[in-house]
Amino acid sequence: MSRGLLIAVCTAIYIFLMLPLVVVFPISLSSAPYMQFPPPGFSTQWYDRYLEDPQWIDATLRSLYVGAATAVLALALGVPLAFALARGRFVGRGLVDRLALAPLIVPTIILSVGLYGLFAKLKLIGEWYGLVVAHTVLALPFVVLVMVAGLRDFDRALEQAAEGLGASRWRTLLRVTLPLLRPSLVSAGLLAFISSFDELVVALFLAGPNMTLPKKMFDNILMEIDPTIAAVSVIQILLVSIVLVLIGRFGRGLQGSAR
Amino acid sequence: MSSRSGWLPATPALVLLFAFFLLPVVRMLGFSLESGTLDWYAKALGEQLYLRVFWNTFEIAVFVTAVCLLLGYPLGFLIATTTPGWATLGFIFVLLPLWTSVLVRTYAWMVLLGRNGVFNRWLIDIGLISDPLPLLHNFTGVLIGMVHVLLPYMVLPIYGAVRRLDPALVAAAEGLGASSWRIFWRIYLPLTLPGIFAGSVIVFVLSLGFFITPALLGGGKVMMVAVLIEQEVRQTLNWPFASALSAVLLVLTLGVYALAQSSTRQEARP
Amino acid sequence: MASRSADLNVEGVVKRFGEVVALDGVSLDIASGELLTILGPSGSGKTTLLKVVAGFETPDAGSVRVDGLDITAMPPARRDIGMVFQNYALFPHLTVARNVAFPLEMRNVAKPEIERRVGEALGLVELEGYGQRLPRQLSGGQQQRVALARAIVFNPRLLLLDEPFGALDRKLRETMQLEVRRLQRRLGLTTVFITHDQEEALVLSDRIAVMNKGSIEQVASTTEIYERPANDFVADFVGESNIFHGTVTEVGSVTLDAGRRLLIAHPARVGSRVGVLMRPERFGRGANSFTGEVKEAVYLGSSLKLRLACDDGLELIVRQPAGGPMPATGNRVTVGIEPESIHVF
Repeated sequence: MSRGLLIAVCTAIYIFLMLPLVVVFPISLSSAPYMQFPPPGFSTQWYDRYLEDPQWIDATLRSLYVGAATAVLALALGVPLAFALARGRFVGRGLVDRLALAPLIVPTIILSVGLYGLFAKLKLIGEWYGLVVAHTVLALPFVVLVMVAGLRDFDRALEQAAEGLGASRWRTLLRVTLPLLRPSLVSAGLLAFISSFDELVVALFLAGPNMTLPKKMFDNILMEIDPTIAAVSVIQILLVSIVLVLIGRFGRGLQGSAR
Repeated sequence: MSSRSGWLPATPALVLLFAFFLLPVVRMLGFSLESGTLDWYAKALGEQLYLRVFWNTFEIAVFVTAVCLLLGYPLGFLIATTTPGWATLGFIFVLLPLWTSVLVRTYAWMVLLGRNGVFNRWLIDIGLISDPLPLLHNFTGVLIGMVHVLLPYMVLPIYGAVRRLDPALVAAAEGLGASSWRIFWRIYLPLTLPGIFAGSVIVFVLSLGFFITPALLGGGKVMMVAVLIEQEVRQTLNWPFASALSAVLLVLTLGVYALAQSSTRQEARP
Repeated sequence: MASRSADLNVEGVVKRFGEVVALDGVSLDIASGELLTILGPSGSGKTTLLKVVAGFETPDAGSVRVDGLDITAMPPARRDIGMVFQNYALFPHLTVARNVAFPLEMRNVAKPEIERRVGEALGLVELEGYGQRLPRQLSGGQQQRVALARAIVFNPRLLLLDEPFGALDRKLRETMQLEVRRLQRRLGLTTVFITHDQEEALVLSDRIAVMNKGSIEQVASTTEIYERPANDFVADFVGESNIFHGTVTEVGSVTLDAGRRLLIAHPARVGSRVGVLMRPERFGRGANSFTGEVKEAVYLGSSLKLRLACDDGLELIVRQPAGGPMPATGNRVTVGIEPESIHVF
């Protein structure tokens, strides 16, 4: 009976959580020329608008390859960092640990503004690789958290066995350790991608005229509430859902380590 | 493995963090002192206008944290005490909003809360009200939007804490005749305090530095520190002042974390 | 599979972990083709010794030689030693065949040759046809056999086994023990086996080295170890025993500290302090007689184990085969033991 009450309350809360995600769907298919709810009719005009606007497509593509590059760079730097943190014994390890997670703690606005100042000097504003570097800084903590968790559960006897069977340290890493860490690698890479794809604040400052998708959406929202945004939102929601499914299927989640 | 080993792989990442994290942040904070005086800090912390902003930010953060706690605890509790099948479903519906772009969610709230928005239209249509409620471009709108974004961050630690609770304790209490309300009050709540605490700290700190939601849902009328900093940099071009504001924000953020860390350490001591 | 098994020579190996001395100057010689078991309780240093031989620990002093070659500082990957661990350490992401092929791939053996030798190795452990399975699809015993195949497929000079059967149930353990024995004999491979189970040691070994607190107490054949243990520890650790101490009062006779006199067949010098060991199954009739009350009688199927509180104050454990008269608790019995059956050390 009190359980029933709990379930009722939670259902309401879930509705609250899902409401925004659900509401964009009908709006994106509205036949009205402006924001209207409930939509008077069905139309794919906003999707057409999106697909036909070179600026939107350009922004989407940019977000995609910036996201991909961020994932690659974040893994390339974050995986060795995770190894060092999980297995290394050196002076200052605690400090490095704090530093690796610091981008999560320091308010992003401060980092964004700081990078804006630095990049303006270095003439890196608007350059996609500058954005990749900035996004990698933000993605690094996710990669580290996932990989350290994965390494913690790794059975080192397997590496010893490989060594005993004649494998050098490198070969052990490539043939035994990394293949077995694949689920964590997949999760970490996908999280890094998503964090970059959705990222607005840094992009706001660093993307310049070459916009990422979130930046274009932000500008658009500020200028007018055009239901094209709804269409783009739906696409984004679907993309994230696909990535979540991929993580669930091939990756290893963060559920074990509820923050 | 020998002692003092294994630091080498960390080097590339450390180079990145030093060059593109520490350096820009420190450089940025340094601007506030370029006049050689603490004038900008005096302005940031002395002038009524800006003190209001800090107070606003603090107020919103407190409210957001409180509401998140109120809504997040039941959710975390339910997911942690239900069957694995339902729990997975519960998780999905918490993680999906979490990983959906903040921008998308904030936009959706604009659609929902506007004068002609979904909510108001519905309430007018069923005759509950005659004039649309002002739910957007004000404190309420920002509150709703931020709670929506930050709720999952409260749910996850609470879920963890409830999971770690020994079910034997509950069974014992039931056996001794405690009602479910009593059990909640006397057993669950005190023993899941660490989770409550962790979630609250995360949500509070994130609220302090929040930008997107207040910028969009506040419509310029709800000034939080992050929004102010952005304005000072992009519109007013007042870097030293923005830097001073950033420094204060950072000190507040780190301060809250430090406080949280030390009190959990104190708890650990028997 | 031709064997090129080597002899192993461990000389004065010392290993410390902070304050703890895990190995206190251990020396051991193992001949080519021999199966030696290192037997000892947990903490005796046996696993550390194995790790030193395998190369996962470097000793603070001493040397390890294989066929005369000093390998003390050599990394494990180059030592050409086969190893089987207790928790199998099979690579979960590789099939059985790929697992067994792994050491050959590390040595850059040609593919067709790899296939042939993997097939051969799986045949030796009676797992032909299991090549495409994954480790998680196999039972504990099968996994252990794959581990064995993987350890020998590359013709190692030496085979090390670290309590490989601890996780298996009793029947399976016994089967695996015999299988290892059979395989080892067939390949003539020098083998070092680690265990804390003295029965296992007795079943498998040519020789046993009993270890305690970082030192070797005794190295001898299985019969020697059991019949003529060198000291209290070995006597107590291997098999059940009745151990007492006393002084030799005249040739052929010992007066125990408890007061009782025993006739022995040992030429110990008069006046020397000795320990005497009487194995429970050696009691029957004999010149030395003990009478007492049965404190405990345990029926073990094939034998009966009695705890006797003798009139002269000694407490004895006596085993007699079932099938005869079976005394119960509270009964008074008399047992005897021949002087030749009493071991003196």
